[in-house]
Amino acid sequence: MTDLISMTIAEARNGLANKSFTSLELTDAHLAAIEAARALNAFVLETPDKARAMARAIDAKIAKGEGGPLAGIPLGIKDLFATKDVRTTACSKILGNFVPPYESTVTSQLWRDGAVMLGKLNNDEFAMGSSNETSCFGPVVNPWRREGSNTSLVPGGSSGGSASAVAALLCMGATATDTGGSIRQPAAFTATVGVKPTYGRCSRWGIVAFASSLDQAGPIARTTRDAAILMRSMAGHDPKDTTSVDRAVPDYEAAIGKSVKGMKIGIPKEYRLDGMPAEVEKLWSEGAAWLKAAGAELVEISLPHTKYALPAYYIVAPAEASSNLARYDGVRYGLRVPGRSIGEMYENTRAEGFGDEVRRRVMIGTYVLSAGYYDAYYLRAQKVRTLIKKDFEDCFAKGVNAILTPATPSAAFGIGEKGGADPVEMYLNDIFTVTVNMAGLPGIAVPAGKDAQGLPLGLQLIGRPFDEETLFSLGEVVEQAAGRFTPARWW
Amino acid sequence: MSVDAATVRRIAHLARIAVAEAEVPHLQGELNAMLAFVEQLSEVNVDGVEPMTSVTPMEMKKRPDVINDGEITDDVVRNAPDTVNHFFLVPKVVE
Repeated sequence: MTDLISMTIAEARNGLANKSFTSLELTDAHLAAIEAARALNAFVLETPDKARAMARAIDAKIAKGEGGPLAGIPLGIKDLFATKDVRTTACSKILGNFVPPYESTVTSQLWRDGAVMLGKLNNDEFAMGSSNETSCFGPVVNPWRREGSNTSLVPGGSSGGSASAVAALLCMGATATDTGGSIRQPAAFTATVGVKPTYGRCSRWGIVAFASSLDQAGPIARTTRDAAILMRSMAGHDPKDTTSVDRAVPDYEAAIGKSVKGMKIGIPKEYRLDGMPAEVEKLWSEGAAWLKAAGAELVEISLPHTKYALPAYYIVAPAEASSNLARYDGVRYGLRVPGRSIGEMYENTRAEGFGDEVRRRVMIGTYVLSAGYYDAYYLRAQKVRTLIKKDFEDCFAKGVNAILTPATPSAAFGIGEKGGADPVEMYLNDIFTVTVNMAGLPGIAVPAGKDAQGLPLGLQLIGRPFDEETLFSLGEVVEQAAGRFTPARWW
Repeated sequence: MSVDAATVRRIAHLARIAVAEAEVPHLQGELNAMLAFVEQLSEVNVDGVEPMTSVTPMEMKKRPDVINDGEITDDVVRNAPDTVNHFFLVPKVVE
């Protein structure tokens, strides 16, 4: 039965439909894989009883021919998504043993379509991080290692548990969230496919909030097709999220294999950084050549405000976080640390409950919003954001269908290697992904090759608002040309 | 711009996070590293640029002002650290 875990969602869907195996068998195979992979620390909560109960229920439905698009497919859920009666912590001590009495809209749609929940996945605390090292449950280990080395590498973050679990065949796909690169960067570090949809495409209701104008849910999967299958279930209008868009959800899977002939692909010159590793540069050219061979036209474009996206992000995101995280006060849910007064209780609770990175961001956010600094920092950053968005709009207005860039400036790094002395060193990981969040655009990271040490590297495609379909078509071209990459099992 | 130790203490208080005196120099260094990084925004000409307030251009949705949820008091308080009779308990606020 070990073969059951290496299938894609599309393959498993066929196998379930023609009764080659049941969802319970598929689920059991994954539960066994999870148990054997605890060294990766990808799951922070395994829910085997719930998984088996869901699998049995869906098997009964499949038998009656009423399965749904994800019938019987076992998935992992990032611990940022509220799951009814299942502990949800955002991997922060401050949420402690929070057990939501409600289900996030995105996960409820997955269950509506027949998916099975295997458990909750590790992430950076409140999704703040690029290496999954800030989780209160400890770091996640990347299933990939450098050739000839047994050094533990990070899977990227913040959706590190999702990426690691999907790459290590512990679940067939996973939910993730992306505020500055938290889906695409870990996808690139683990040779998985990650999609950050257009802002408003997926409901944010029931997802622990980090920076509300940037947060967006999306899938991590092993193939572009699987990501498209998951996207269709995750997307859609939700009256409970006023920023969710009332627009029909297309059949994303139909975009897989569609011709990209005649499409105009922009290559932004500002993404060619000084000191960029030669192999990243080479991979980028290769990607461009693959798209050209498929009939796309490549054009050099300019996105002049690119270098300001990351600094503007580190004002906007912490500002929104400081406001969103004000709710953790030790009164209504989560941790409470006593104090002599209510004020002292708040201060003690938040000191004890927040980790270093979260505390740092809440403080910087508080500062840039405080009287006398709002205009100089926050307002200016929001204006720069307008300029960043305009850069993209100008390119799209000239007929560019999508933009090709590297997904990350390097491959995965070692646990504890970065950001110890200067937090900005870690932030630079998101340099190619963060512009997409600032402009609210869709982006996809697709595995495209390996570096000299045998570690995966990814390419990113950025699309027009609500044109995820084009990204799936282009992503499939890259996947067909580059092939798929699976880590050698050592755990 | 950079922050001094007194400002670090003031921000910590505004953010309602207790910070021990021994942590102040370290936090000051980290916050100043972040502020130095964002300093480059001052070179961008933002004259006449509208700040982005909505990511996707859309009309603010409105819903009818009707009761559409409720009678779930047990659910509302079930995760609270301390309650009595469906009330959240906090340290005494008014003498």
